[in-house]
Amino acid sequence: MNQRTLPLFRLSRKINRSFTVSFMLFLLLAVFGVFMALPLVFAVSNAFKPLDELFIFPPRFFVSNPTVDNFYDLVALMGNSWVPLSRYITNTLLITIIGTAGHILFASAAAYPLAKYRFPGSNALFTIVVLSLMFSAQVTAIPNYMVMSWLGWINTQASIIIPSLAFPLGLFLMKQFMEQIPDALLEAAKIDGANEYRIYWTIVMPNVKPAWLTLMILQFPMLWGSDGGNFIYSENLKTLHYALGQIALGGIARAGVGAAVALVLMIVPITLFIISQSSVIQTMATSGMKD
Amino acid sequence: MQAETTSQPATRPAREAKTSRRMLIWREMKKNKHHYVLLSPYMILFFLFTVIPVVFSLILSFFYFNMLEFPRFVGWQNYSRLLFNDDVFMIAVKNTFLFAVITGPVSYVACFLFAWIINELSPKVRAFMTLVFYAPSISGNVYFIWLIFFSGDAYGYLNGFLIKYGFIMAPIQWLTNEKYILPIIILVQLWLSLGTSFLAFIAGLQTVDKTLIEAGAVDGIKNRWQELWFITLPSMRPQLLFGAVMQITASFAVADISIALAGLPSVNYAAHTIVTHLIDYGTIRFEMGYASAIATVLFAIMLGTNLLTQKLIRKVGE
Repeated sequence: MNQRTLPLFRLSRKINRSFTVSFMLFLLLAVFGVFMALPLVFAVSNAFKPLDELFIFPPRFFVSNPTVDNFYDLVALMGNSWVPLSRYITNTLLITIIGTAGHILFASAAAYPLAKYRFPGSNALFTIVVLSLMFSAQVTAIPNYMVMSWLGWINTQASIIIPSLAFPLGLFLMKQFMEQIPDALLEAAKIDGANEYRIYWTIVMPNVKPAWLTLMILQFPMLWGSDGGNFIYSENLKTLHYALGQIALGGIARAGVGAAVALVLMIVPITLFIISQSSVIQTMATSGMKD
Repeated sequence: MQAETTSQPATRPAREAKTSRRMLIWREMKKNKHHYVLLSPYMILFFLFTVIPVVFSLILSFFYFNMLEFPRFVGWQNYSRLLFNDDVFMIAVKNTFLFAVITGPVSYVACFLFAWIINELSPKVRAFMTLVFYAPSISGNVYFIWLIFFSGDAYGYLNGFLIKYGFIMAPIQWLTNEKYILPIIILVQLWLSLGTSFLAFIAGLQTVDKTLIEAGAVDGIKNRWQELWFITLPSMRPQLLFGAVMQITASFAVADISIALAGLPSVNYAAHTIVTHLIDYGTIRFEMGYASAIATVLFAIMLGTNLLTQKLIRKVGE
């Protein structure tokens, strides 16, 4: 059969596909897709519910009289509070933007020599980074607190930003992606008299743009959702996520406002992912661990 | 005399070889000095906040330290107390392994299965479904939505639904009833777990060589299951290894969701994990040495399981 005559039947073009099994698998995908999407749809729906609909019995899933009152209430509430809402937003943005941009810069600078050269210690350093992917950050929580207090960074935003610059996953993915840059490109630049820093900045960096976006999509939600952890005490240094927690503690009266903040917190990382998805997938193709 | 003269030339080249090897490494290092400069900002921070803390935690686990007095060396006491005298830790270990044994493999298989089905779709639908499955893991702390869903009063969605349709008469306290806490946390954890490895699988599936599949069809591969087993899985081994590391580490680190849904401490420690135990001793009781011993045990469990799994997955393809 000529492929061009049947553009509609994409699936039939593939080899060895039975229709029944395809149907069953897509049904499975659809059912679980609904399970995955439901809470998020619910979060959106909730943010537009008037208070009487939030506490209706029996509870209704979708909003029937949508309103944006919750968002007005949010602004009004935070305008009157001791620390204005804009402060929390600025803090979150500060941590997220510096942490993400810095991480991309630091991780790629370190990934370039590890991906392209062999030198004393290069293998050992990369092995340590891979090993550190194998345990979570909670393992080091206690000594980290002591390191922070020794540095005098307790109750500063540096305590959140600086460690995030050196998360291991970003370096790992960046290094795997950089390995596919052709050596000839680097050699040519060297012959033209460029030094290593120049090569890194003008040849390597522009070639790994998809990996920047991937590091961004991994780093951004983590910092965006940070509540300051154990390191930040001052109210005027706290983040948006922390403010959400405080509002949620307000109980029934604050339920609508809480839903509005939740929507704001959720929508930003998801939008970023929608924008960067194809680049992220391209980077992830090189994420494998070599034998 | 004879022996002395013969031994002299024998040792000198050896020593020279040693020093010249050191010189060689030094020369290599000097030649690569720009590479070290590029590495240093990241590595200084990485050592300061990851490598040194691991070593420090190991050392601290042999001390009694409450942040006020000078640390006092206690030998293996923290560990013996942890393993033999701490019933709550045993509950935490049991729960952690229960979480890990269920959420680890299930989420790993789910990541692959859904990525595999999504890969059969046309590019536009594929992008949309990828978003649907990946979104929960980056939507920050929206899992508090589940709190409303499982809320213990009649306004909770599950209770409301069950009462409305007459399954139950009175609302169930989902998050304070020992029977329900663990399954609910596992459910929410699974909902959140299609993260980095899911993306890696989606990407890996797109790079599987199409000509291999066509050649396989010629060689007598009859259906998609055979294609999956003989072609797709072996060509994705690197991504499978990476995904395994991501899922295992996450499945042992369950804590945030447990605390958000069931509180700390949870009712009768029903949702207590090694990490919440660590948080309890580290940030509430300030027994830093003891908490470090817990951290060291967690570190050993995570690293050990990961290395073992890596070995197993490498065997599968051979």
